[in-house]
Amino acid sequence: MRALPPILKNWFDTRGWSIHPHQQDMLDRSDAPSLLLIAPTGGGKTLAGFLPTLADLAEGAHDGLHTLYISPLKALASDIRRNLERPIAEMGLPIRVEDRTGDTSATRKRRQRADPPHILLTTPESLALLTSYEDAPRMFAGLKRVIIDEIHALEESKRGDQLTLAVSRLQTLCPDMHRVGLSATVDDPAAIARMLAKHPDPCEVVLADPGPDPDIRMLETTEAPPWSGGGGRYAIPAVLEQVKQHKTTLIFHNTRAQAEIFFHHLWLANEDSLPIGIHHGSLSREQRERVEQAMVDGQLRAIVCTGSLDLGIDWGDVDLVIQVGAPKNVKRLVQRIGRANHRYIAPSKALLVPANRFEVVECHAALEAVKDHDLDGETRQRGPKDVLCQHILIRACAGPFDAMDLLHEIRTVGPYADLTRAEFDDCLDFVATGGYALRAYDKWQRLMQRPDGMWQLRDPRATRQIRMNIGTIMDPDTLKVRFKGRGGAPLGEIEEGFAAQLTPGDTFLIGGQIVRYEGLREMTVEVTRRADKEPKIATFNGTKFATSTQLSQRILRMFQRRDWPDLPTHTAQWLHLQREVSRLPEPGRLLIESFPRDARHYTCVYGFAGRNAQQTLGLLLTKRMEELHLAPLGFVATDYATLIWGLEPLRDPAPLFDLHALRDGLDSWLAGNAVMKRTFKSSAIIAGLIDRNHAGQRKSGRQATFSSDILYDTLHRYDPDHLMLRITREEAERGLVDFSRIEEMITRIHGNIDHVTLDRVTPLSAPLFLEHGRTPVEGAGQERLLADAATELMAEVGLNAL
Amino acid sequence: MSILTFAFCGTELEALPSGALFWPAHDLLCVSDLHLGKSERIARRGGTLLPPYETAATLTRLEQAIDLTRPKTVVCLGDSFDDLAAGEALPNRDRDWLFRLQAGREWIWIEGNHDPAPLDLAGTHMAELRLGPLTFRHIAEQGAQGEISGHYHPKAAITLRGRHISRPCFLRSADRVILPAFGAYTGGLKCSDPVLKGLMDASAVALLTGPQITPLPYGKVR
Repeated sequence: MRALPPILKNWFDTRGWSIHPHQQDMLDRSDAPSLLLIAPTGGGKTLAGFLPTLADLAEGAHDGLHTLYISPLKALASDIRRNLERPIAEMGLPIRVEDRTGDTSATRKRRQRADPPHILLTTPESLALLTSYEDAPRMFAGLKRVIIDEIHALEESKRGDQLTLAVSRLQTLCPDMHRVGLSATVDDPAAIARMLAKHPDPCEVVLADPGPDPDIRMLETTEAPPWSGGGGRYAIPAVLEQVKQHKTTLIFHNTRAQAEIFFHHLWLANEDSLPIGIHHGSLSREQRERVEQAMVDGQLRAIVCTGSLDLGIDWGDVDLVIQVGAPKNVKRLVQRIGRANHRYIAPSKALLVPANRFEVVECHAALEAVKDHDLDGETRQRGPKDVLCQHILIRACAGPFDAMDLLHEIRTVGPYADLTRAEFDDCLDFVATGGYALRAYDKWQRLMQRPDGMWQLRDPRATRQIRMNIGTIMDPDTLKVRFKGRGGAPLGEIEEGFAAQLTPGDTFLIGGQIVRYEGLREMTVEVTRRADKEPKIATFNGTKFATSTQLSQRILRMFQRRDWPDLPTHTAQWLHLQREVSRLPEPGRLLIESFPRDARHYTCVYGFAGRNAQQTLGLLLTKRMEELHLAPLGFVATDYATLIWGLEPLRDPAPLFDLHALRDGLDSWLAGNAVMKRTFKSSAIIAGLIDRNHAGQRKSGRQATFSSDILYDTLHRYDPDHLMLRITREEAERGLVDFSRIEEMITRIHGNIDHVTLDRVTPLSAPLFLEHGRTPVEGAGQERLLADAATELMAEVGLNAL
Repeated sequence: MSILTFAFCGTELEALPSGALFWPAHDLLCVSDLHLGKSERIARRGGTLLPPYETAATLTRLEQAIDLTRPKTVVCLGDSFDDLAAGEALPNRDRDWLFRLQAGREWIWIEGNHDPAPLDLAGTHMAELRLGPLTFRHIAEQGAQGEISGHYHPKAAITLRGRHISRPCFLRSADRVILPAFGAYTGGLKCSDPVLKGLMDASAVALLTGPQITPLPYGKVR
């Protein structure tokens, strides 16, 4: 057993603290090349990660950087810095701790490179940027440990891929560096261990005591959830009652828009003026920091929040978590519940609030899954190539490199372990020459091979542009919102597409306030406080969760019961009603409902194949419908169904579900749809083909910038086998297409299609009308709409005699 | 192909869905803002390596417009090349292609802000062209009459039943027509931009390009 140095031991003793067994474990095994800790929220993970560092640094003088700490959240980096600085100061340890994020000043960043602290706290993106500097070897010289906090949050993301590639670079620079991962409870620790370790070396895993099972229930409400919709407004009185009964409550929502609406109505009902704040990723930094500080100071009784509070910052006094809306994923639910871990040994307390009746079913399925410890996991995919292309560019910024050395280094990263030479060469060629069939850029290559075989940037000035584009997070184009007038306070951001639909006088909700749109000035949305209209719902970007397959299957099985005594009466009645007016979906059959509404014809397909497959199904079906002249206009998909609308009714669905026709359609369909274009855009930005739009630099209405859709169409037409298109197809298949589950569903139903034609919306299809993320179909239907509008509007203004 | 014919300054003009303008009285085809060689220019200046196919894409569409209208005269309304060096660097294949399109007809290059000087290419280089009631120039001038210009790459957006549609468009008012950009790699300027508002009058109409030309009142689009 490795003992704590006396100075640390004394510090613990004077506080009457003792270290947890898993913290001692981490100390004992600190010599392991890779060490992963799995501990529940509140289990002192971060301290467990830092103890060996503090012990090392307390024992003797270490020159330069000793430990690099990486967290997925900027806020977490600065929070940890504060938490470390206090004990370091109290013990008088000679340790310098600094953080480095996008918010750190340029002067400070420069100084950190010249004279690094002992402990540097940063994010994956800032680390990637650090490795792009020519002086990286000097800065990282002597680095002993790299700690990746909340590694589970990076596991299934490109940020994680970028991070592990950067770590492989660090390992080459510092062969003796130890890797440490800190993770919340997950279904498959081995998968995270593989991500952390240098491939093919093993990784040691420390499993902390998971603590007692959470106390998790449905929130009892007097009013029943609505037939459809999200947001859980009906539950506000019951939620307020819970807030009153607890010290501090976190109220989680699945989307930012829902958090805004809920917060707005919560305040309208908040007669006791309980201090309640709101926190989500589209609010301005100032706003978020104010809320965080108020929370730390114990001034707030509740925070309405989204995934932005999933990670990190230990609020301490949170004693209740309320999840509004179906949790979609059991693993994340368990992690969120952990936020209410007042004390490690006490069970955390959580309440689920289904937003509508379908979600009552989903929530019940999730409760059963939590009780069964049935955490859902996804299969890890091969490392994405767009991230690899960016990694090559970053490597080139740091100086000339040998291609084979780089390939070997990349293969030490788990997800890239089986990267072939040909695949690597493809990426290198793309980065160097564009990789086009038409060799156009011989004179203007990005990377050149020197006579000695090393690769380098043709123009060293390109480093600036490459560094500005580092990162894998895709921010959709957003506009800042602030109050009108000189020095108007910033409120947050809204999507450009939403801003484009606003006309002066329209109102919307942001940061819990209703504001009035006044106009657009230099790419900023200016608003005033005059709220004289019913607010529109702002669309914010933000992660949308998909219900896991495990949960979907549980739901389908629940439907098969004759009655549902466990469900609230209203929900059971609703399912009975659905069974009465239409039918309930069955495992071996496919239910399709068709009905008219609001001058459009709707078709709802209950495939229960998961959001991605249902989305693909929507794309393929609308394509077939376009061919059959049904003039489809768009569709929306959830985890259990796809709702399609168009100008003509669907009479016979059978021809739509011919597997061969669907598969034939897949390839040609892949070419021209909006999802592919969206996928292309993000991959092209990551791979360095398109520059990110940098807020502030983008001028209003510049005609020089053109849409990435144009590049996609051009490539598709002139160079269909180009690497970027292959990456787009791969990405789409792994992310948004999921065709295998459609095949599986069609095989499963074996031609048993139940087509029910009705004269109105059915109980089960109603929630789909409120889903976001509608995909437009750009076909004949759209042209008809446009032509009708033209006739109408031209006549309206008396211009029909053009 | 649904072409839209409209009256303008005592004559008739045809808006093509591709964004080209045809003047039947003079068998004249007019296109604006081709921006040929844009990808080459971006690469040369150390930017990213965009798919180098925009010149082929633009010339293909131009060839289709020429085949459709069989013009005696073609007027390229400025910014035909993304810069002069891009014009010089045009690959032989594309030069020959242009040359083929020029055969048997008059070809006029109006100068633009991107290509302000003559290039080593066949055709007549002019600052502007006056013909009958019309004046062809790159950038619209206040107080002009019968003016055909380009430069701004106008695009129009409209929301129909919750659907946001945005397309390059012609703008037509009593005194002038502003053409959309014809080049493949071109973005657009919103109709509602103050610069364009200052050039349009109450009778103005936006003619949206696309599968067909769709006329919409200027005041109803954004």
